Amino acid sequence: MRLFAIAASLLLLTACGTADQSPTTAASGGVTPIKLQLQWFYQAQFAGYIAAVDKGFYREQGLDVELLEGGVDIVPQTVLAQGKADYAVAWVPKALASREQGAEITDVGQIFARSGTYQVAWKSSGITGPADFKGKKVGNWGFGNEFELFAGMTGAGVDPGKDVTLVQQQFDMQALLKKEIDVAQAMSYNEYAQLLEATDPATGTLYTPDAFQIIDWKTVGSAMLQDAVWASTPRLSDPAYQQQTVKFLTGTIKGWAYCRDNPVECRDLVVAKGSKLGRSHQLWQMNEVNKLIWPSTGGIGLIDEAAWKQTVDISLTAKNQTGDTVLTKQPSGQAYTNDYIRQALDQAGVDTTGAAFKPETVTLSPGGA
Amino acid sequence: MRRTLSVLAGLIAAVALWEGYKAVGDPDGTVVLGTRILPRADDLSMPHVWDMLRRLGQPELTGGRPVWQVVLGACLFTLGITAVGFAAGAVVGLLLAVVMQRFRIVERGLLPYVILSQTVPLVALAPLVAGWSGNLSFGPYPWQDWMTVAVIAAYLSFFPVAVGMLRGLQSPPASGAELMRSYAAGWWRTLLKLRLPASLPYLFPALRLAGAAAVVGAVVGEISTGTRGGVGRLVIEYSREATSDPAKVYTAMLGAALLGLLVAALVSLLELPLMRHRRRIRVVTM
Repeated sequence: MRLFAIAASLLLLTACGTADQSPTTAASGGVTPIKLQLQWFYQAQFAGYIAAVDKGFYREQGLDVELLEGGVDIVPQTVLAQGKADYAVAWVPKALASREQGAEITDVGQIFARSGTYQVAWKSSGITGPADFKGKKVGNWGFGNEFELFAGMTGAGVDPGKDVTLVQQQFDMQALLKKEIDVAQAMSYNEYAQLLEATDPATGTLYTPDAFQIIDWKTVGSAMLQDAVWASTPRLSDPAYQQQTVKFLTGTIKGWAYCRDNPVECRDLVVAKGSKLGRSHQLWQMNEVNKLIWPSTGGIGLIDEAAWKQTVDISLTAKNQTGDTVLTKQPSGQAYTNDYIRQALDQAGVDTTGAAFKPETVTLSPGGA
Repeated sequence: MRRTLSVLAGLIAAVALWEGYKAVGDPDGTVVLGTRILPRADDLSMPHVWDMLRRLGQPELTGGRPVWQVVLGACLFTLGITAVGFAAGAVVGLLLAVVMQRFRIVERGLLPYVILSQTVPLVALAPLVAGWSGNLSFGPYPWQDWMTVAVIAAYLSFFPVAVGMLRGLQSPPASGAELMRSYAAGWWRTLLKLRLPASLPYLFPALRLAGAAAVVGAVVGEISTGTRGGVGRLVIEYSREATSDPAKVYTAMLGAALLGLLVAALVSLLELPLMRHRRRIRVVTM
């Protein structure tokens, strides 16, 4: 009896062996399996990758891409550094902070050329820029999402530590609607749309953009780079992984170009993936995300040195309420490279600059349905 | 019958409390010296109960399934994970208790760590488990996301079982153990004939606690790792619509609460066939 129990537990232990460390060593039927870690659940923010999978742009490059959804505690760049994904989508400042703590990752494609972070106030409050934040209640999400705001305030001569009341904001807009805070953090493609999907109890109709004042960090000049494709730095010395990276980026470019030209179809692809956000909300998100990419002067994904430098500078200098900066020193080693995206841009065979891109006008329905 | 009535009464009381506060509470909440001591009672913060129920009947997304079906499906998915986590946690807890009872030195060495294990915050643990488990596989079967969640559920549920069961195994008085020794019964026989039956009254409350803990672990684990399909994921997905569709947020929470009740009921069912032995225990241990 006792012997049997020991034998059984031994059997179980050996069965729990460690799987292959590198996820892409085995190629099945000529296609290489690849895992891409996203930052969050399926939504139009990742439409380009979803379209590249569903429309076969990765497959024609010989890649079988599996998209891994994010979660509250999933840090994409950590998943990548741990070798559990081959590529990850992550914001540049957060990924740079992880790099400083030892994650060996490299930005190989800056998909979003522009930042989508807003600070939103009521139009009636008279707030038009960060200089007006003085003495106000300023909502922010924290967790590394706040540095554009702090750099913007510091640049306008507002001391974030003394001149404003900082309020930890939930990832919804209730605090602004209830006027608990004067300005709220919002992504152009998500939380801002939530405001326009909410019903104004005074009129019984949806709030309109006229009710709100947007403070856009792109115009203030404290914007930082966001969604980028990150690759594993040590593996980039392997020629096979280099080739695979070019192929992956080529498929990605085609996916995003497809979503630029077919936003409604891409929205449908996202909805079909089981997103719980409504259809009009997803179309809004698709359109806003397109605006962050297109038109692209150097071609989608090419890292603009000036924008990179601005991101690093703010990461080094902007202090949050606890006095922390994103980075303590200049990023060392290969933090980014344009080598692979250049090759991918040459190979893609589609319009990679989108000079003629015109955003759509999206009408949101109540609750984003 | 009396049980059903009391459950119903509790439900009515909860609804009455919610709606009662909504009726008398300040829509802007009560703020004393800059600190909110009572929550807002407006429709955005506290939707009417009937609004939540109506939302359950409406489609989740335009043209989609009604919310109640989605929530129910998610609850069943989480129930499955909870069951696996609960079973694993209970087995580990039982084994630990038996080992701790058998070897005094193990009890002294292990018990502090068993207690310590529960002070680790779940939100810190979940990504850790997700981190190392991704590289595991059971022979040809790779590790699945839901297994991570089940591990978290098991981690929370083993504790009450281990502690409760240890207490139960130690409950027979010395005279009982001496009697067994006089029969020349070994440790194994003493365990089967004396300690296990005597531990049952301690085991079942522990199992009920473990069931509740497994539900919490599964829901929080799903939220943390973003595992698709369960009610925890629904809670976080719906909460993103708190601004524009507040009633929807509560439908998922309602589902999570119902799941907790269901698990508690199922664990109580386990008791029925085994607790018939209860009288015999008294005879043995007296």
